[in-house]
Amino acid sequence: MSDGPLFHRNRDRHPKALTPDYKTSVVRSPQKALLSMPTTLSEEAGPVFGHDIIGAHDNDLIVNYAAAGEMAIGQRIIVHGRVLDENGRGVPNALIEVWQANAGGRYRHAKEGYIAPLDPNFGGCGRTITDDQGGYSFRTIKPGAYPWPNGVNDWRPAHIHFSVFGHSFGQRLITQMYFEGDPLIPLCPIVRTITDAEAVSQLVAPLDMNNTVPMDARAYHFDIVLRGRRSTMFENRIEGN
Amino acid sequence: MQRLTHLHESPSQTAGPYVHIGCVPNFAGITDVYEADLGAAMVTDNTKGERITVTGTVFDGTGTPLRDAMMELWQADAQGLYPGRDGADPTFTGWGRTAGDAETGQWSMETVRPGPVPFTDGRMMAPHISIWLVARGINIGLQTRMYFPGDPMLGDDPWLTRIEHQNRVPTLIAQETTPGTFKFDIHLQGPDETIFFDV
Ligand SMILES: [Fe+3]
Repeated sequence: MSDGPLFHRNRDRHPKALTPDYKTSVVRSPQKALLSMPTTLSEEAGPVFGHDIIGAHDNDLIVNYAAAGEMAIGQRIIVHGRVLDENGRGVPNALIEVWQANAGGRYRHAKEGYIAPLDPNFGGCGRTITDDQGGYSFRTIKPGAYPWPNGVNDWRPAHIHFSVFGHSFGQRLITQMYFEGDPLIPLCPIVRTITDAEAVSQLVAPLDMNNTVPMDARAYHFDIVLRGRRSTMFENRIEGN
Repeated sequence: MQRLTHLHESPSQTAGPYVHIGCVPNFAGITDVYEADLGAAMVTDNTKGERITVTGTVFDGTGTPLRDAMMELWQADAQGLYPGRDGADPTFTGWGRTAGDAETGQWSMETVRPGPVPFTDGRMMAPHISIWLVARGINIGLQTRMYFPGDPMLGDDPWLTRIEHQNRVPTLIAQETTPGTFKFDIHLQGPDETIFFDV
């Protein structure tokens, strides 16, 4: 693995820390400016995860929590795509962890307060590691929209939370995937923490009818881009540098 | 004119209140999916170096502890080598993930005291642990560093000496509460606001 400075984060495309319409941000947003620093080895290096940590059903949320012979209830979908860096290179061996509500919009969590029922066969977590081209896929059910205590009538659009680990600690990213055509997307105070419409569109996965499994699951395509690494002249770099 | 073909990093979204389901499911009570939570242990019995415990609490702008935060620690081994590099201690992961206690918000992690690692120009930086913090209400993960009190390298650390407001540097230095236990509280706002980095 080679080192080199990471591209500086373009914070215009990320949410600001203070976004008062998302009320919790008000007391949890740093008020002083972030201190800009060049990346060092501490940010350019990162832990390495092997495919051996992934269990046989870790990427299948329909069965990974279900009782033997049972399956989670809901619209069956495959989510697939690639993890790329800003240079357009696939990022192999990236760890992707996902979590989501069940088909009714309910999380399996002690702090969850929504009246929709738990699905006894759905846990809501899954993980996978990208292949040598940066590709990944997992199977799940389409999560339901859910209300949350922000405004009196705020509903989250259907979404899947993604935690992504590339090769550098400084690439660490948590984001959310939304579904094409969901009318709740433009109403959501959390989506609206991102002010650049083109950046929001980067989080909306299109329906991918070419990759459905007939009579089983529809597919959604979702690519994720991590910070790139500067290329230095006269230095050979392997893929994923 | 030709166009640059760089892609844009995917925008961040908050980890939300249920990040534990995805990242530390066993901690969240979902015990049947993964054997153990990733990052729960950084050391084994064979790991070389001085054993330490790192602990702390994250406070919001009202002084209330965050009870739904998740943090990740990343550090070099006792020799100053990052795991995965030639010669690094194979029994040390360098990476830990921890959630605060559901009641008090306090987190803690067993690790070893890291060695110094180089700055961009080759000068050595004082030993430190990089920390990445996410929670509900935090729109993009916050990056900071924990340094060790009394470390003789602190004075000319090439990273710390770049900081304009030197009166804020103590927010990056842990307190040794008992020998080998280092407390590093993080304040998201207020007079003691921790320095967060855009790096
Ligand atoms: Fe959610």
